[in-house]
Amino acid sequence: MPEINVPSSIKDLEQVQSVRTPIRMEYTFTPGVAAQTYLREFANKKILGAVSPVDGAVLVPPRGADPRYGALCDEFVEMPHTGHIGSFCVTNVPIPGRELELPYISAWIFLDGADIGFLNLVAECPPEECRIGMRVEAVWKPDDEIGMTAENILYWRPTGEPDLPFDEAGVRGWHVRGDGESDA
Amino acid sequence: MRKVAIVSAASRQEEKMLDNEVELMVPLISKVREETGLDQTEIGFTCSGSSDFLAGQAFSFVMTLDAVGPVPPISESHVEMDGAWALYETWVKFQMGVIDTALVYSYGKPSPGSLQDVLSTQLDPYYVAPLWPDAHAIAALQARHLLEKEEISLQHLADCAVRAGTVENHEEYYEQQILADPLRPADCPTYADGGVAMILAAEGKAEELCEKPAWITGIDHRIDTHHFGARNLSTIPSAKKAAEKAGVHKADIDLAEIHTAYTVHDVLLRKELNLPLNPEKSSKNHPIKAETLMASGLLRIAEAARAIWDQEANRTLAHATSGPLMQQNLMCVLSGEKE
Amino acid sequence: MNPEERLSAPIVLEYPFTRTTGPVIGAFMTGLREKIILGIKRDDGTVLVPPTEYDPVTSKALTEMVEVGQTGEVTTWTWVENPRDQSPWDSPHALAMILLDGSDTPFLHAVLVEEPDHMKTGMRVSIKWKKETEGHIQDIEGFVPEKENHA
Repeated sequence: MPEINVPSSIKDLEQVQSVRTPIRMEYTFTPGVAAQTYLREFANKKILGAVSPVDGAVLVPPRGADPRYGALCDEFVEMPHTGHIGSFCVTNVPIPGRELELPYISAWIFLDGADIGFLNLVAECPPEECRIGMRVEAVWKPDDEIGMTAENILYWRPTGEPDLPFDEAGVRGWHVRGDGESDA
Repeated sequence: MRKVAIVSAASRQEEKMLDNEVELMVPLISKVREETGLDQTEIGFTCSGSSDFLAGQAFSFVMTLDAVGPVPPISESHVEMDGAWALYETWVKFQMGVIDTALVYSYGKPSPGSLQDVLSTQLDPYYVAPLWPDAHAIAALQARHLLEKEEISLQHLADCAVRAGTVENHEEYYEQQILADPLRPADCPTYADGGVAMILAAEGKAEELCEKPAWITGIDHRIDTHHFGARNLSTIPSAKKAAEKAGVHKADIDLAEIHTAYTVHDVLLRKELNLPLNPEKSSKNHPIKAETLMASGLLRIAEAARAIWDQEANRTLAHATSGPLMQQNLMCVLSGEKE
Repeated sequence: MNPEERLSAPIVLEYPFTRTTGPVIGAFMTGLREKIILGIKRDDGTVLVPPTEYDPVTSKALTEMVEVGQTGEVTTWTWVENPRDQSPWDSPHALAMILLDGSDTPFLHAVLVEEPDHMKTGMRVSIKWKKETEGHIQDIEGFVPEKENHA
């Protein structure tokens, strides 16, 4: 880098090396049609899934499209509040802003009848007993605290029913285009 | 140069959209694929343009790929620019000879955020952005310069406002209160949510997909310095250079779709490109009336192609701009003939 | 669905950036801290204010920093009636391109006058510094009409 010549008046002074340039952006986020439909029913303690117009796969939560095909999903189906764990992770390190007792379990929850999972907490289960295929059910907030928010379900707990076989657990919505067969 | 054409386009603009970006883009992308009969697996390259700051989400374009259907894995790219630049990248990919078809799209939803704050963050972060000038103020600095140098007149601005449809007539224009001195509300853009999708195809394929392909006979983009003080506010060298390189003036232009969100930009660019100041035909959805950040430029290209498909014009110019004081400019010349 | 019924939720994103300056912008900021304005010489002898490490037109590296004046001329301006939340200014003011004496490129800053009628292209203005300076473009509180500052 070439030498910069500065006037003698500032030459021997401590040079500024950085400047503060904070920025703040305010948004009023709108969730879109599908997520809005989902949230409204979620406030009634109902979980909606979206049905793929291509092959009937059920996608939870609905995001407006079947992401595999770029097809609009405007048909909804009510889902049960039970499912299984497709995969999970035990966290032993605190995360700023999350006041959860350590260790805690995050899991991909696959609702019965759903082809894809979503991330949520699992509790009432010692980490060493958590398993892929383990059956779980939703534990909701008290009825008077339920609203249009993802926080409605506090966590998922084991039902005690027999596990889903390991090979059948997890993603079932990953079809190869056109043949409808699972390649997961 | 490999000959490439736009063979299908679909767009939508609304003041405030309920749909999210995926819900906005699915019908548009579906429409252009259906119109050309192409399945996503038959599309060689997909390229999009959008802004994370506008969406308020990092890597927001990844979510919008849900609207494309990237399974099995597609060849894809994205620009943090107006979709017109995504089209340019795609055109380069055609020139490399590695694709015969492509999907290009872009979208912007300014309604959830503070657009003026987003626009301020594109300015020089040391010297200008901390002063938070809004886009209207920056356009106004140029407008006053041009008016006082008598390089443009208020009459020019009023004519443009009427042409863009932001006012009915001159009287209404002059009655408006000043918004950003010397600019009136009618000189400044009204923002809209929106998106546009299009299919491009190379010679040999384009003729199969479209009755009258809109051939890209020239395309170029150039940039001027971001240092305001080093810019001559009377001229837009990047626009002139891009126009020269794209061969804009090699033959008559029947229709110019220019991306000018301010009357002052419209008048100045027309002067710089020797375009008629008061063209017989005005743009539908002039950007002053409906400016969709990240999509307005690609939308101009779509409109310029549509004029060729509808046989309203045979040689059209589409222009896209980005940045303060029209810092970056892209010129795309379309023709009904391969030339 | 009726758009009136749309759900919405506020999201605020904050980016608490601190940017490193490099030697040229750093020297300019050091100058602001010391209440002087520095520019940088271009190959043709003209002076670029504010300075960049390179010539914005030819992209050649620039190295020779020089002090310029604290008074200058408004080359164009606009009026901000309602400053935005993050603006350094709370009250109506002009934004102007100001060509400082000894500089060849105007730069953007505020002119602090009561109303747009007090603004005119070509008017002479001088810098009004903040009491406390730290090396930031906001160390300049704004510009005021030249006579006013000397009064």
